Amino acid sequence: MRKTRREILLSAGKYILLTGTAAAGLESLTGTASADTTTPASDGYKMADHWWGMTMEVDKCIGCGNCVRACSKENDVPEGFYRTWIERYHVKEGDMEHPTVESPDGGMHGFPPTSTPVDKSFFIPKLCNHCADSPCTQVCPVGATFVSPDGVVLVDQSYCLGCRYCVQACPYGCRFIHPTKNVVEKCNLCYHRITKGLTTACCEACPTGARKLVDLKNPKDPVHDFLRHYKVQVLKPHMATHAKVFYKDLDGSVR
Amino acid sequence: MVHAIPGVEGFMYPNEVELQWGLLVVVYPYITGLVAGAFILASLERVFRVEAVKPTYRLALLTALAFLLVAPLPLQLHLGHPERSLEMYLTPHKESAMAMFGFVYLWYLMVVLLVEIWLDYRADIVRRAQSETGLLRIVYRVLTLGSMNISPASLHVDERLGWIMTIVGIPSAFMLHGYVGFLFGSIKANPWWSTPLMPIVFLFSAMVSGIAGVQGIYMFSMWVRKKTIDMRCVDTIGTYLFYAFIIDFSLEMLDLLHRTYESSESFASLDFMVHTRLFTSQIVLQIIVGTLVPLAILAATQVLTLAEQTRKRMYATASVLTLIGIFFMRWNVVIGGQLFSKSFLGYTTYKLEFATREGLLTAGVLMILPLFILWGLVKLLPPWTEETAS
Repeated sequence: MRKTRREILLSAGKYILLTGTAAAGLESLTGTASADTTTPASDGYKMADHWWGMTMEVDKCIGCGNCVRACSKENDVPEGFYRTWIERYHVKEGDMEHPTVESPDGGMHGFPPTSTPVDKSFFIPKLCNHCADSPCTQVCPVGATFVSPDGVVLVDQSYCLGCRYCVQACPYGCRFIHPTKNVVEKCNLCYHRITKGLTTACCEACPTGARKLVDLKNPKDPVHDFLRHYKVQVLKPHMATHAKVFYKDLDGSVR
Repeated sequence: MVHAIPGVEGFMYPNEVELQWGLLVVVYPYITGLVAGAFILASLERVFRVEAVKPTYRLALLTALAFLLVAPLPLQLHLGHPERSLEMYLTPHKESAMAMFGFVYLWYLMVVLLVEIWLDYRADIVRRAQSETGLLRIVYRVLTLGSMNISPASLHVDERLGWIMTIVGIPSAFMLHGYVGFLFGSIKANPWWSTPLMPIVFLFSAMVSGIAGVQGIYMFSMWVRKKTIDMRCVDTIGTYLFYAFIIDFSLEMLDLLHRTYESSESFASLDFMVHTRLFTSQIVLQIIVGTLVPLAILAATQVLTLAEQTRKRMYATASVLTLIGIFFMRWNVVIGGQLFSKSFLGYTTYKLEFATREGLLTAGVLMILPLFILWGLVKLLPPWTEETAS
């Protein structure tokens, strides 16, 4: 029997409605609605159960550059740009306002010995602070960058206009424009790894355990002891960004 | 220092070396400012019934429209993915100041400016739809939008509606440019930008540039058309320019004084910049050549009794210098705000390119394009009062 046009349209409408509802239902069940589509989470990963951050033990960082190299390789970071980098500070006695800072190639190849005697010298590893009140996601005109429900600041590169407003809004210099993709790029806390139960490439490569991925929502995570026992600081606390990278032994000259 | 990066002095965060916003983002607030300023000048005549500036009323509206049509182009060209820009309208992120640009722009273009121009020109359009022949007749007939009634009662309605649109238009023009200031002023990561004064400074500088722009365009077009310049008009505009400029300059100096006196975290960085990398553009071009000199010229026209020819030359010079000064004000905000590291420990350099998508050539074309559009608009909708009177 030949179907009338009305019947065809009706059945097509029902089909569209049903698949739409099913997809929406599935998304709400798994909580993957706004996840980075290029990096599907593993089965059983529920975003609502996590709140990611990182701890940095400044005195443990030896400036070897392993983390920068690992990140670069893992995430195919374009040359000359950095999702994570290391800075070396030299602070003369009491001169907190004028530290000498350097980060040759983002510290990727380590640091050469210093020739000038210095009073105090240390390394500061940096990356996106995955701020809960992130000024960068606030300004995005289309919402292409957002804080995921598990506390990671992500970018939907298929949606980013490349207007660079977020790069201006980040107080920490963590964002850059990918030279060939013309969209913004930044640390995504190795989202493809952490949603599969792995740690980030930088943390895995750190030989001294200076940097550790932490899950603030996991009651068993050692981060709770860490935050209870040590005096910690975030970068630029006056920016009130609710940064989630916690530094132990951070010198006041660091900015 | 371990190794030097060309153009970098001190320490920049590794991702900061290259500037994000270049010349096109300087051109954008400059053009938008001209729009808002030109419109506010036109509104003065309409709302406050300042008869003296009437010869520039329509010209100011057309100038605003010509520049407004070009205003989104520098932004569009600057985007990494211009083809996605429509997303700003379709899926705007409501927390983003930038997302609102599209709506502010459309509101201003579609609702305020086009309606006001149409209402003001409607009678002329209808007359020309009847008197012209050929293609022009069709163009004017389309422009009437089917409304051919030009009875006194109907024109009275136009007049009242136009007046209401102007009343709506003034806050809209303020919003359009105040908003552009807010885009910069709300970036807390950047101390050079982050000040609540930014929208107000942008507004007044917009008025200054718009008034100077219309003054210049009016005098130039009268010279080209070999008509006499209405001195009462240019004198009045000169006075407006003078007072708007004093407010604008006072606000900027207040900002400077405040920063200097407070000397907060970023001050050493900013102070260093003003004395080095921004010295030419800020001290020489913006403050001396673009502000103090035109202000002195305008002050002289206010207090001295000068011959007509002298006054004309002085107004023309003041207008051109003012336009240069405001351009460099935009430059110093946009480029200046990116020359220092957010660590306040170093400085980078802006490399201006020539024939690239965001280069000098493109910026030049974008600056000249509105003048061509204006020329076309003037041909289509002559703004000259002496002709409409005849």
